[in-house]
Amino acid sequence: MSMTIREIWTSAHGMIFGAVFLLAFAGGLAGLYSMRPALLTAEGLQERVRRVKWGTGLMAVIAWITVVTGTYIVYPWYRAKPPEGLTDLTAYPRSFLKANEALSGWHVFGMEWKEHVAWVSPILATAAFYIVLKYGTQLAEDKQLRYMTMVIYILAFAAAAVAGLLGALITKAAPVV
Amino acid sequence: MTTVTTPREKYRETTQAHVASGAAAATFISSGIGVLVLGLMTTGAVLSAGLKDVLNLWNPAGPLTGKSTFAIIAWLISWVIFNYLWKGKETDLRKSFIITLVLIGLGLLFTFPPVFEAFE
Repeated sequence: MSMTIREIWTSAHGMIFGAVFLLAFAGGLAGLYSMRPALLTAEGLQERVRRVKWGTGLMAVIAWITVVTGTYIVYPWYRAKPPEGLTDLTAYPRSFLKANEALSGWHVFGMEWKEHVAWVSPILATAAFYIVLKYGTQLAEDKQLRYMTMVIYILAFAAAAVAGLLGALITKAAPVV
Repeated sequence: MTTVTTPREKYRETTQAHVASGAAAATFISSGIGVLVLGLMTTGAVLSAGLKDVLNLWNPAGPLTGKSTFAIIAWLISWVIFNYLWKGKETDLRKSFIITLVLIGLGLLFTFPPVFEAFE
């Protein structure tokens, strides 16, 4: 059993960072949702804000790491052009998918959407993190701002979820090896 | 006489520092601008071969490098500008948020392949 460097990076990009991202999102969202005055004491509020800062901050950092490694490390392997005349295209995922009519949709729709929508996630996750950092305990009192932050935070997750799902399906059809 | 602080009063003290809504409005709208620019660059690269070349900042990853870089630049510059304009001021947060959602919606629309491929 062995893994190539490319497989290690692809796994890190899609699974390891993805798992941490999911964990951070769940923690951050649960914290934001439950940041209600009726449920919290002063100490509870401080603790909750600290936890939400960690959750949203970790999600933002992981989102940046994921898109940067995806774009600058994994994606070049995906889109590399095969040498002229090569018939076995399995080492060149984009060309492999485009050459097969039954699979071309994974590139034309799947990868084309994934590579762009993924970049929405770190922008929105950073915005949500900054709001938590800046407003802190005020979010408990300001229900409107808290809900708005949650919407942005959920949109950041949704963009990453679309990219992650498409990435997993594309890798199944044409792995980067 | 001893002053007793109730849990509710202690809670109020904890949430006392008020930050004006301007910073939040600047953060929301600038993030929407970043997403919109990402979408515009994505569809723009389909419409214009010249723009596609300009966006190709690093050949191994192609125009995606430029689309994401310019989106980030637009996001950060607009964030600095709006923050400068609205810092410490109360703004209509609801209106800012609706504008943000429209910007994000348009940005996402322009990154959706069936939409930008319609221009090919």
